[in-house]
Amino acid sequence: MNCCNGCHNQGYEKLNPVFEKYRNKPGSLISVLQEAQELYGYLSMELMDYIAENIGVKPAKVHGVATFYTQFRLKPVGKYLILLCQGTACHVNGADAVKEAITEELSIEEGETTSDNLFTLNNVACLGCCSLSPVMMINGETFGKLTPAKTKEILREFKARESKSAEVTA
Amino acid sequence: MEMYRSHVMICRGTGCTSANSEQIAKNFEEEIKKHGLEKEVVVERTGCFGLCALGPIVIIYPEASFYSLVKPEDVEEIVKEHLVKGRVVKRLLYAESVEEDRIKSINEVDFYKKQVRVALRNCGIINPENIDEYIAFDGYKALAKVLTEMTPVQVIDTVKKSGLRGRGGAGFPTGMKWEFASKSHNEQKYVLCNADEGDPGAFMDRSVLEGDPHSVIEAMTIAGYAIGANQGYIYVRAEYPIAVKRLAIAISQAREYGLLGKGIMGTNFNFDLEVRLGAGAFVCGEETALIASIEGQRGMPRPRPPFPAVKGLFGKPTILNNVETYANICPIFLNGPEWFASMGTEKSKGTKVFALGGKINNTGLVEIPMGTTMREVIYEIGGGCPNGKKYKAAQTGGPSGGCIPASHLDVAIDYENLIALGSMMGSGGLIVMDEDNCMVDIARYFLDFTVDESCGKCTPCREGTKRMLEILERITEGKGEESDIEKLETLAKNIKNSALCGLGQTAPNPILSTLKYFRDEYEAHIRDKKCPAGVCQALLSYTVIDEKCKGCGICAKQCPVSCISGQPKTVYKINSDKCIKCGVCMTKCPFKAIEKK
Ligand SMILES: Cc1cc2nc3c(=O)[nH]c(=O)nc-3n(C[C@H](O)[C@H](O)[C@H](O)COP(=O)(O)O)c2cc1C
Ligand code: FES
Repeated sequence: MNCCNGCHNQGYEKLNPVFEKYRNKPGSLISVLQEAQELYGYLSMELMDYIAENIGVKPAKVHGVATFYTQFRLKPVGKYLILLCQGTACHVNGADAVKEAITEELSIEEGETTSDNLFTLNNVACLGCCSLSPVMMINGETFGKLTPAKTKEILREFKARESKSAEVTA
Repeated sequence: MEMYRSHVMICRGTGCTSANSEQIAKNFEEEIKKHGLEKEVVVERTGCFGLCALGPIVIIYPEASFYSLVKPEDVEEIVKEHLVKGRVVKRLLYAESVEEDRIKSINEVDFYKKQVRVALRNCGIINPENIDEYIAFDGYKALAKVLTEMTPVQVIDTVKKSGLRGRGGAGFPTGMKWEFASKSHNEQKYVLCNADEGDPGAFMDRSVLEGDPHSVIEAMTIAGYAIGANQGYIYVRAEYPIAVKRLAIAISQAREYGLLGKGIMGTNFNFDLEVRLGAGAFVCGEETALIASIEGQRGMPRPRPPFPAVKGLFGKPTILNNVETYANICPIFLNGPEWFASMGTEKSKGTKVFALGGKINNTGLVEIPMGTTMREVIYEIGGGCPNGKKYKAAQTGGPSGGCIPASHLDVAIDYENLIALGSMMGSGGLIVMDEDNCMVDIARYFLDFTVDESCGKCTPCREGTKRMLEILERITEGKGEESDIEKLETLAKNIKNSALCGLGQTAPNPILSTLKYFRDEYEAHIRDKKCPAGVCQALLSYTVIDEKCKGCGICAKQCPVSCISGQPKTVYKINSDKCIKCGVCMTKCPFKAIEKK
C-alpha cells in the first residue's frame, strides 16, 4: 500500500476523461472498469482504489464487481494473450487436446503467464466462429481448425518472431 | 441510391472475418478499380450468409452465384472472368450449386431450400453499417406505421395476436410481457435487449446484431412506444466486438435521421438507446441478474416476484427481450400478425434460428419454420455428420438443455415437444455429436461450465452442482460406484426444485437427459470401467492390432515414455502399465495399426 494519497495516483490521468464521460450516468461502474482495463491492461489494487475514490463508491464494491466478472484481470497479462475457446462446438471437436498442447509447449495452465511474460492463457466460451472449431485467438487474430501439432507450430512461430526482434534490438 | 449492374456481397460476419474476408473485400475493390468497373460493380460488406462451414463466402448478384471457400488470391480470376467477361468461375462455386447443364442460385441449394428467413431477413443482403440500405428494405416502415396509425394497446394486441414467444429460451409470450409492463403505472420505464448470448457454442444473436442491427433498434423503439418507455439498453457481450461496433454505428445513424431521440418522426414520442457491455458472466443472461449488471452491481439474480415488469431496472417497470425476439417484431407489423401466426405449430408460431455446430457438415446459421423436424435440420439442411460417422445426439438449450438421440429425430421442433423430450428450445444453439463423442463426458463438460458460472448466491446451485460435477469426474476417471447414478438423480431433483434462478434450476438437465437416453454409457464407465466412445482418457488403453502392424518401429521411436517394445519386422507391444495415454503412437503409425479402447 502507499503512504499517502496523491503520490500513487500518478499515471492514472488517462482515466480522467473516462470519469467525466460517466459522471452523471447511473450504474456505470462496469463501464469505467472496462475502459480502465483497456487503458492499463489489468486492474491493480491501486487502480481500483483510485477508481473507487474518484467515482465515490466504496473500494469493497469495486473489488466485489471486479472479482465477479471473468472479463476483469487482476494480474498483468503477457505480451500475447491466448484466448482458448472452450465452447461446446470446440469441446466436441477436441479443444482439450489443444489445451494440452499449449500447456506442453508453454508450461502454463489457464490464467497463468509464462515466466518471460510473453504468453497468458485464458479460457473463453464460444468465440463465435464455431465453423472453424477448435479455435484460439491470439491478440485478436483467430486460428481455427487446430490440431495439437498445428497449435504448437503457431506458438513456435510467435516465439521465433520474438527472439528475432530481441536480436535486432540487441 | 446509385445503380450498379453487379453487386459483390462479401460476408463480414465473425466466422468469415476470422477466415480473412476483409482481405478478400479489399482485393475485390482493387481489381474492380484496375478494370475500371467502379461505376458498374459495387462491393458490399454484409452480415452472415449462414453457411459458415464454407466461408469465406462471396455472392455475386444479379446471378446469385455462390462462391465458397474463397481465398484472397482467387479474386483476380473472379473479377476477370465473372465481372468482366460474364463467365462464372465454376471451380470456385459452392459444389452443390453446380449441375451438369446449369448453375443453381443460392435459394435452390439444399442448405437454403427449407429455410424461411424472418429474423435473418436482411442478414447477408444489406450492408449493416448503412442505414439507407436498411430503409430501402422496408426499414423503419413498421415504426412509422406504429407511431402514426396505432395506439399502444393496438400494438400490444398485434404482438399478442401473432403468437410470438420469447426466443431467449423460456418462450414466454412477448405480447403478454409487454402488456404487464404497460399496465404498471410509472413515469419512467425501460426497454432492455438481452444480447448476452451465454450458451457456449451459439451465435444467432451475434449474427443478427452484426448483420442487421437496425431491426433490433426499430423493434425496441416500438416496444418503448407500446409500454410507455423513453429509454432502452442493449446488453451485449464484450466478446462481440464487431456487433458492438455496428450497433454503435447504427444508433448514431438512427439519431441522425431522427429515428431515435426526441420527437421521433415528428411525433411527440421520445426514445433513446444505450449499449452496455457485459463482462463475461453467464448468469447475467438471467433477467434479474442482467438488470443488476446494468446497474453496475455484481450480476446476481434475485427472487421473483416482483417481476421486472413491475420492478425492474433502477426499480422501474422494465421489459427484457432477446435479440431474435426483437428481430421478429417489424415483419409482424408489416405483414400482419395473421401472416406470422400462419407459420409454425399450434402453440409455437413463426420461425426459429439455430446455430448448427459440432459434428455436422454445414456448420452455420439456419432459420426454419417451427414444426420442421430435427431430421430435416440435421440431414437435409445440415448435411449430416462429416466423414461418414454415425449421428449420436444433438444438444439444444446448451448447459440448460438436453440431448436428442437418433430415435427421436422425427420430432417436430417447437417449445412443448422439446421439453417433452427432456431438452428445451433454448436460445438456438444446436450442437451435433457423433459416435466419437462420449455422453458422460458431455454431461461433465456442461456441469463444469455451470459450476464455473454459478454466482454462489444460493446453496443448491453453489454446492449441489459442485457435488454433481465431482461424481461425474469420478465416473469419467474410472472411479465410479454403483450408487452414483442414483445419487445424481436425487441431487438433480433437489437442485431443480430449490435453486434460486434458472441457472441452477436447469443445471441438472444435461445429466438427466443423457441418463435418460444413454444410461448404458454411464453403466459401461461405472461397471466395466470402459468409455465406449474412446474419449475418457483414464479409461482407455492403447493396443497394437497384430494383423495390421508391419513392424516399422515408428511408434516405439515416438513414444515419450518408451513403453513400446519390439524388433523391426515383428509385431510391437505396448506396456499399458507404463503408458501415459498421450496417443502419439496412434497418430504417428502409418498403418493405422494402433487402436484405443
Ligand atoms: C442462466 C440463464 C442464462 C440466460 N441467458 C440468456 C441469454 O444469453 N440470452 C437470452 O436472450 N436469454 C437468456 N436467458 C433468459 C432470460 O432470463 C430471459 O428469459 C429472456 O432474455 C427474455 O427474453 P425473451 O422473452 O424475448 O426470450 C437466460 C436465463 C437464465 C436463467
Ligand atoms: S464453440 Fe468455439 S468458437 Fe463457438
